[in-house]
Amino acid sequence: MGRAKLPRKSTTIDMTAMCDVAFLLLSFFILTTKFKPSEAIAVTTPNSVAAKVAPQKDYVMVILDKDGKVFIEMDDKAKKEVVANTLNTTRNLNLDLKAFQNALFFGAPLGSMASFLAMPEDQRKGDRLPGIPVKDTANNELTIWMRVIKDAYLGQKEPAFLLKGDNLAKFPAFKSIIDAFKKNDILKFQMITTPEAAPVGTDLWKMNQAGEKREE
Amino acid sequence: MAEMDTSSGGGHKKGPGVKKGKKLSTRVDLTPMVDLGFLLITFFIFTTTMSQPTAMKLFLPKDADKPEDQNKAKESGVITLLLGDFNNVFYYEGQLLPDASNFKSSTFKEIRTVLMDKKQRTPEKDLVVIVKPSSECTYRNVIDILDEMSINVLKRYALVDISEIEEQLVKISDKNGAATGAQ
Repeated sequence: MGRAKLPRKSTTIDMTAMCDVAFLLLSFFILTTKFKPSEAIAVTTPNSVAAKVAPQKDYVMVILDKDGKVFIEMDDKAKKEVVANTLNTTRNLNLDLKAFQNALFFGAPLGSMASFLAMPEDQRKGDRLPGIPVKDTANNELTIWMRVIKDAYLGQKEPAFLLKGDNLAKFPAFKSIIDAFKKNDILKFQMITTPEAAPVGTDLWKMNQAGEKREE
Repeated sequence: MAEMDTSSGGGHKKGPGVKKGKKLSTRVDLTPMVDLGFLLITFFIFTTTMSQPTAMKLFLPKDADKPEDQNKAKESGVITLLLGDFNNVFYYEGQLLPDASNFKSSTFKEIRTVLMDKKQRTPEKDLVVIVKPSSECTYRNVIDILDEMSINVLKRYALVDISEIEEQLVKISDKNGAATGAQ
């Protein structure tokens, strides 16, 4: 009896479909990725269980780096102009409005702001700048900054005041920032953190399990 | 893996003198391309941080000028946390005794059990946590302890300036803690 001959099947698979899928996914990922802009000030934020996403616009951010240096970042260009004008008139700083508007952040004592703005953008790196002086409680320049910024928003919706601090920054610097906020009656602010899950077994975890919404 | 066109070889013979037009396959082997595609996908997945930064809200109380405006808290319901260097946490319940015998030390890992224990022992309306960061602690310590408040769902807490005596106590204890290798 002759055995039935099995037809030899080819082992090649048509890869076209798989290729399509691969590149579809690839383009999806490329298009949805927002590249992290290289930051001039290196800050590693602490973790917290806070679940609210930090506001991306209309903010005034105070940055505290690991050496305790303080910087200010604002996103509203029109308000920046107001701030620059106020500083020019009240303190005779002769700031260049264009440069002030285009600067991503500010980090120099008020006296040397003009030379800070004259510096090319790519040379303004956090570790080489003096930062805004806050250590001296009697002459906390952040208080002046916050007052001018708050005045710029006068009569309008207040911006979100954010504080982005580094893990290693010491408390006194943080304290002087809080003081500067307090002096200007800014009693509500948010601290930028990296999200983290609530530890298992804790009260918050139980609440989350039960589906309760937590008050922010 | 490229497929070769084999059909032309065993095909029927055409008449003599008719040249065989060699049929070239239009199929391309896509395997390397798929490899490349998935390699890039993996690269993008690994380099992307999906997590957006979150924000933790903090409401500051207005400074009360007059002592009668200040919030009163029941002594039995108060627990004070002092943040020291080397991630040390010290705490005491009620008021600090003159001989500092109720001054206990802890770490960020253990403080949660302390707080949970305190929370169970005290009625909710009396419970107040006072956080006093010393000048040696880091920003991270402060955030961690505030986070601990939300982890343990403690509604009433306050960030208070440290007093001179407490600062000294923390400093001394920090030194002793450092000698034992500060967990």
